[in-house]
Amino acid sequence: MHPALSVIAFTVLSGAGYGLALVLALGHGNPAHLPTKFAWVTALVLIAVGLMSSTLHLGNPQRAWRAFSQWKTSWLSREGCMAVATFVPLTILAAMSILGDTFNLLLGYIGGIMCMITVYCTAMIYASLRTVPQWHTRWTPAVYLLFALTSGTMLYFAFFGREAGSDSNRIWVWLTLVFLVVTWAVKFMWLRHASAAGYGASSMESATGLGNLGRVRLLERPHAMENYLTREMAFRIARKHRERLSLIGAMLGAVLPFVLLVISLMVAPALGGFLQVVATISLLAGLFVERWLFFATAKHAVGLYYGGEEKLVPAE
Amino acid sequence: MTQLPTTTDKKLGLVIDLDTCVGCHACVISCKEWNTAGYGTALSDQDPYGAEPSGSFLNRIHTFEIVPDGGEVIGSAGEARVVHFPKSCLHCEDAPCVTVCPTGASYKRAADGIVLVDEDMCIGCGLCAWSCAYGAREMDLAEGVMKKCTLCVDRIYNEDLEEIDRVPSCVRTCPAGARHYGDLGDPSSDVSVLVRERGGFDLMPEQGNKPVNKYLPPRERSALGSAASVPAVQEDTSDATGLLAWIDRALSGGSAKGAS
Amino acid sequence: MGNHDVQLSGPVGEKHQTTCYMCACRCGINVYLRPDANGDKKVRYIEGNRDHPINKGVLCAKGSAGIMQHYSPARLKAPMKRVGPRGSGAFKEISWEEALQTAVDWLEPLKADPKRLAFFTGRDQSQSLTSWWAQQFGTPNYAAHGGFCSVNMAAAGIYTIGGAFWEFGSPDWDRTKLFLMFGVAEDHDSNPLKIGIGKLKNSGGRFVSVNPVRTGYSAVADNWLGIKPGTDGLLILSLIHELFRTRKIDIDYLVRYSNAPFLVIDAPGTAQHGLFARDKNGVELVWDSKTKKAVPHTKKGIVPNLTQEVKLARGVKAKPVLRLMADMYSDAAYSPESIAPQTGIDADTIRGLAAEIARVAFEEEITIEQPWTDMKGERHERFIGRPVSMHAMRGISAHSNGFQTCRALHVLQVLIGSVDCPGGFRYKPPYPKPFTAHPKPHAYRPDGAENGPLAGPHLGYPHGPQDLQLDKNGEPLRIDKAYSWDAPMSAHGLMHMVIANAHAGDPFKIDTLFMYMANMAWNSSMNTRGTIEMLTDKDESGDYKIPRIIYSDAYDSEMVSYADLILPDTTYLERHDCISLLDRPISEPEAMCDAIRWPVVEPERDVRGFQSVILDLGARLGLPGMVNEDGSAKYADYADYMVNHQRKPGIGPLAGWRGEKGDKAGRGEPNPDQLKRYKENGSFSITHLPDEALFFKHANSAYQDFAVSMGFFDAPQPVTFQLYSEVLQKFRLAAQGYGEAQPPERLRQRMEECFGPLPHWYAPFEGSELGEQVDSDFPYHALTQRPMAMYHSWGSQNAWLRQIHTKNPLYVPRSICDEKGLQEGDWAWVSSYHGKIKVQIAPMDAVNDHTMWTWNAIGKRRGAWTLDKDAPEATKGFLLNHLINELLPPKGDDHRWANSDPITGQAAWYDLRVNIEKADAGGDVSEPVIDAQKKSQATPDQLRYGLGWTQ
Ligand SMILES: Nc1nc2c(c(=O)[nH]1)N[C@H]1C(S)=C(S)[C@@H](COP(=O)(O)OP(=O)(O)OC[C@H]3O[C@@H](n4cnc5c(=O)[nH]c(N)nc54)[C@H](O)[C@@H]3O)O[C@H]1N2
Ligand SMILES: Nc1nc2c(c(=O)[nH]1)N[C@H]1C(S)=C(S)[C@@H](COP(=O)(O)OP(=O)(O)OC[C@H]3O[C@@H](n4cnc5c(=O)[nH]c(N)nc54)[C@H](O)[C@@H]3O)O[C@H]1N2
Ligand code: SF4
Ligand code: SF4
Ligand code: SF4
Ligand code: SF4
Ligand code: SF4
Ligand SMILES: [Mo]
Repeated sequence: MHPALSVIAFTVLSGAGYGLALVLALGHGNPAHLPTKFAWVTALVLIAVGLMSSTLHLGNPQRAWRAFSQWKTSWLSREGCMAVATFVPLTILAAMSILGDTFNLLLGYIGGIMCMITVYCTAMIYASLRTVPQWHTRWTPAVYLLFALTSGTMLYFAFFGREAGSDSNRIWVWLTLVFLVVTWAVKFMWLRHASAAGYGASSMESATGLGNLGRVRLLERPHAMENYLTREMAFRIARKHRERLSLIGAMLGAVLPFVLLVISLMVAPALGGFLQVVATISLLAGLFVERWLFFATAKHAVGLYYGGEEKLVPAE
Repeated sequence: MTQLPTTTDKKLGLVIDLDTCVGCHACVISCKEWNTAGYGTALSDQDPYGAEPSGSFLNRIHTFEIVPDGGEVIGSAGEARVVHFPKSCLHCEDAPCVTVCPTGASYKRAADGIVLVDEDMCIGCGLCAWSCAYGAREMDLAEGVMKKCTLCVDRIYNEDLEEIDRVPSCVRTCPAGARHYGDLGDPSSDVSVLVRERGGFDLMPEQGNKPVNKYLPPRERSALGSAASVPAVQEDTSDATGLLAWIDRALSGGSAKGAS
Repeated sequence: MGNHDVQLSGPVGEKHQTTCYMCACRCGINVYLRPDANGDKKVRYIEGNRDHPINKGVLCAKGSAGIMQHYSPARLKAPMKRVGPRGSGAFKEISWEEALQTAVDWLEPLKADPKRLAFFTGRDQSQSLTSWWAQQFGTPNYAAHGGFCSVNMAAAGIYTIGGAFWEFGSPDWDRTKLFLMFGVAEDHDSNPLKIGIGKLKNSGGRFVSVNPVRTGYSAVADNWLGIKPGTDGLLILSLIHELFRTRKIDIDYLVRYSNAPFLVIDAPGTAQHGLFARDKNGVELVWDSKTKKAVPHTKKGIVPNLTQEVKLARGVKAKPVLRLMADMYSDAAYSPESIAPQTGIDADTIRGLAAEIARVAFEEEITIEQPWTDMKGERHERFIGRPVSMHAMRGISAHSNGFQTCRALHVLQVLIGSVDCPGGFRYKPPYPKPFTAHPKPHAYRPDGAENGPLAGPHLGYPHGPQDLQLDKNGEPLRIDKAYSWDAPMSAHGLMHMVIANAHAGDPFKIDTLFMYMANMAWNSSMNTRGTIEMLTDKDESGDYKIPRIIYSDAYDSEMVSYADLILPDTTYLERHDCISLLDRPISEPEAMCDAIRWPVVEPERDVRGFQSVILDLGARLGLPGMVNEDGSAKYADYADYMVNHQRKPGIGPLAGWRGEKGDKAGRGEPNPDQLKRYKENGSFSITHLPDEALFFKHANSAYQDFAVSMGFFDAPQPVTFQLYSEVLQKFRLAAQGYGEAQPPERLRQRMEECFGPLPHWYAPFEGSELGEQVDSDFPYHALTQRPMAMYHSWGSQNAWLRQIHTKNPLYVPRSICDEKGLQEGDWAWVSSYHGKIKVQIAPMDAVNDHTMWTWNAIGKRRGAWTLDKDAPEATKGFLLNHLINELLPPKGDDHRWANSDPITGQAAWYDLRVNIEKADAGGDVSEPVIDAQKKSQATPDQLRYGLGWTQ
């Protein structure tokens, strides 16, 4: 699939925003403290920027409001509805903190749960597609939720939480390390699924119904050059490129944050705090790479009509 | 609503004969010319005279080559073969493109099963194209709305056209007669009969979309070699039983024509 | 569900019926016009005309894309005069007055020595006008494109059965049960062929395709014979061998309709050898078994002998034609086993095919209960059909052994009795017409005059060496050397040799080259780069070697940039055209048909229909027939000519609605309302044959009467099928030294080897000339195929069509890919003895394992057709033409041997032999790179055609 920047930004940023909002909504951070107020603003801005970025790839964003209507069947619609709905508790909580220095736990729980549901809906947009077997798995929402959680948590303590070296900071770091391990473990499970998924039960033979005659290959494309379908659905990256990027993604998103967080526990608080900020930025960068690969490596059934494995493998 | 109708009164669709399609692309262009000025917005073309021309088309012809397992593949009378493969929207009964649509722009008509996009409602999110396994939906890059085969809904019900012309543009134009249109929900319709008799099949049944359009497989071929019953002999034209004698007999026999 | 409004499109628009010209098939179209936002009428939709005899409602991709062709940015806008060097594309627009005056200034002086003008036209539909014009001007140098196209097919058909495939005949699609197709990718008769194949599929008939490549029609064939190029002759003769061996020939049919019983003189070493024995009146003799005498074949009540060697008066020995055939084709050299290695088709398949032909022809005989009378007055109760039909085109035609191969195919049809019978091949009126009823060639003036009109039409059918068009010294009278010893039976001329010969001044120099509708600087030339060099080459004094070039095109093609004066044509929707029985009509086997085009839309550019322009030019030059006595122009324009011109009294370009009241067909006085009547009828006329005239037209008296009444000829012209061609034998005798007209020494051996009177096979020249090394140096064959969605070079300016074929890979058999380490998308050098090109390849399995191929005419010169310089057509597309030479490898005798069939001069495109090697990485651009021509018009970066009409 074509890795559209707007969609990558949307899923990464809104995921982190909802993660951060979740942490706040669960009552962490003193509502009267300036960092907490900033954290609320950051969470809302991340969510908003993410959502706005998602409209960038729309052909007709001025009609985006129509997307709220089909929540009965459409995960995209559900995601839209949930995103807007989630703004209600989150905005109230943010306002309470910023304007009133207060917090409401019930509303927080509601907001938190809604954050996770929203992220779940986002993930389900992809996970529900039978056409992309790589995405069509429960591991997809699990990965999205965990990445949201991990990135939100890290954002929280690295930027807005207690000073590095404090006890509570240590707890947050330990917690995050656990999240990181779990997240990547789940991501690993997803990767295992993804690498085996291929075109699922579909093949060029089933796509053409000609399998009984023999092995089917594309001789000639319908139109010689690229078209919307090939650009959107038949995007393929070179294997070498993919491997290199996977490594970078894992370094930035897993190894580096992990190592930096561990070191941050052992060094002077000032340096530790700095390392935690670096770790967070690294995680987000890694997430961008991970998300880019999530799209770029996904095979869409339409690829079968354009030659599948044989023809879509890009030259290295 | 993007909910699918539980049943449709008719199942209008196409039956495409892969045994007859010669891959001429007539249906592709006829579809383009009709639809660029018909239902919905124009089908735009980007960079039409430049290095990367592309445009929206609702119907495209792929060409596949099939190599039989273990068969003699290449050379004279080889068994490798080519199949031209037209593809447009299959108007699926369980159309995922409809249910994923967040706006309700995509819908399936309860009356006849045609899957359409209401372009005034479409936000151009592209999700329906992602959900379609067949590559039947294409975003029009100029208008930012999703385009797809309408089954020429503006022809088949168009009383301004002569009745005989109330068929899809691609069907009307196909020179080889490889495209058939009708109600696949009616078991007695011509298209249903054709599907039954010729073993019409679904594309990617495993996707669970229940396409209405059907494809007819290439017919069985019988080899020529099997007709070679006469053994090779050398001809002696001078012999009394030979060719010349036969010609003479055939001629004097009066009703001379090829021997049987 | 929901309430989505679906607005139906309403009336499509104003319907106008005319004739398509996105290719030469000439389907009937309904063109719908609708006002756009500015109130200007634009083409909303083009569909096939259901009532039209050719396409019956269907339309091909090109036809539907007519909209984009008509509005192409590459349309020429006004007459132009070249201002930069040839090839640059630098022009200045001028007025029509200036353009016509320039042309007159150039041509007027040439009237004194008319051969200094060469006038050649491409695939136009007005050859009866253009040839007449050239004839009136007096230049011998005229032909259309047939010589490089498929003259082998046409001439072999006319010489053998008095009719040809092309679009002049067709299988009886409704009845045929076995259809054999040789070397066809698309054909001129494109839509009818597809309709026919569709019918055959539904009726359960068998379709066998003989073609090195299995795409398009071959893809749906029941059986595919992936033959090695250039060997079809062997295959067909082997089928004939099998039919003789298994006694599956229609003796009755042969006796009735062919020259099978004609006695051929057997007197080796004399001038009579191989000629027909004739009586005093020149009538061919046969041996009557009853009276044991040689009698004229026309005599009634005889039983001609077909096998016996006989002695004629004065001890002259003779054998019937069929005996010669039986002796020749029974030879083991033609057995399936013998020819299998050369053709690449196994013996079982060949034998199986022969058996299937015989089975269907003789065991699935069909009858139509319709009494009819033959030319001998014999009444038949019914039409008896042998439902085996055949069709062939350039795959067998475009080889240097093509004439003999095409003849073999017609002979095969005659042997099984399937010519013009139910289920077989059927003529379309005005065919059949025996070669003897066609004119002979004329490159001379009556009474040896130096100038003035020629004595007759340029192109025709020679009956022997006496009809060659040579000067006193035996040198060719025509610039293309048609009807010279190099190509004696070149019924369509040799357009592919014109530029090369004019450049070389061989056989003479010319002053002005005038061309119409042929992209000779590009895809229609062999040796494209060489041709470009010839067009731009200068002599010592710095003048172009071809001094002046006038060219008419409708679009900014490659050729435009190489001309000096451009006469811009209209598009096919903007002009009158005439698809005439005098030329290449649109008839069907059951009916005589012709058609017109008329200006459905008016040009908004300063362009004029070319036919009107040459009538105007003709009048300005005072050419006979184009001026009135007072010197004024005889015809206001082409429409006027179409209605009022008469070739002979009562015979004009159009056959429908003749006579003052418009109630006559074929013959009749001009009718001022004629064009109106055509338009009312969908722009075509159709006159059905009487039921009893529907089959066996070559010998059917009802048909012959119909033909006379329609003016096809003035007296009946039945056809005797020429299994044995005496014409060829006459040329062969000349080669052997007999007769007055003698070929040059260098040609004797070749003529002797190639001019066999019975069809035979010889190896295509390019391969044989290259000698023994050919298998090591150039082991493969390379071909082009017509893409169904593109018409030669025209298609690439079409925004819709060019998306289908934006570039062309070379399809290479997988076995060769494996051997050469080639993979999909790799670049490779392909070389012939003549040149080298760099192309991108794609592997393929369903192809003859010695043959690589690509789509024809996709490659474009940078900047041509108003495409961007970096258009894939120019950077990734390519022309195979760079590898094909118009000349054979030099033989060291200074003679320029054309790469053509030695009999007809047909260009031997598909004789090409090549090798292939993987190219080094980098520089992924096809080569040769030809510098750019100026892109003449800015083009939009987005199209939204039809937007104004959508809701
Ligand atoms: N769409 C479209 N239609 C056209 C044209 C066009 O450009 N586009 N051009 C028109 C013109 S001018 C012409 S002349 C006709 C030509 O009509 P065709 O004759 O159908 O055209 P080609 O593409 O030359 O096809 C030649 C076929 O012969 C095969 N072939 C080559 N060598 C051999 C051989 O030795 N033996 C056999 N058996 N087969 C061989 C090739 O693989 C190819 O399939 O088409 C006309 N119609
Ligand atoms: N390699 C290879 N080369 C081949 C062949 C092949 O099989 N292989 N086939 C050969 C054959 S059979 C043929 S017929 C030739 C065809 O070759 P061409 O006759 O050169 O074919 P086109 O590209 O159609 O070029 C005709 C010219 O007519 C112009 N034209 C189009 N419409 C009009 C009009 O309405 N009026 C005027 N005045 N001009 C118009 C076009 O712009 C174009 O410049 O190619 C030959 N070349
Ligand atoms: S028009 Fe008919 S034959 Fe041509 S590509 Fe379409 S379906 Fe095939
Ligand atoms: S073919 Fe694709 S677009 Fe058409 S109904 Fe089925 S899923 Fe939807
Ligand atoms: S692109 Fe349009 S039709 Fe498709 S899902 Fe989005 S809103 Fe619906
Ligand atoms: S039915 Fe109409 S819209 Fe659909 S492919 Fe055919 S022509 Fe195009
Ligand atoms: S075959 Fe196509 S391009 Fe040629 S005349 Fe017919 S519709 Fe036009
Ligand atoms: Mo041609």
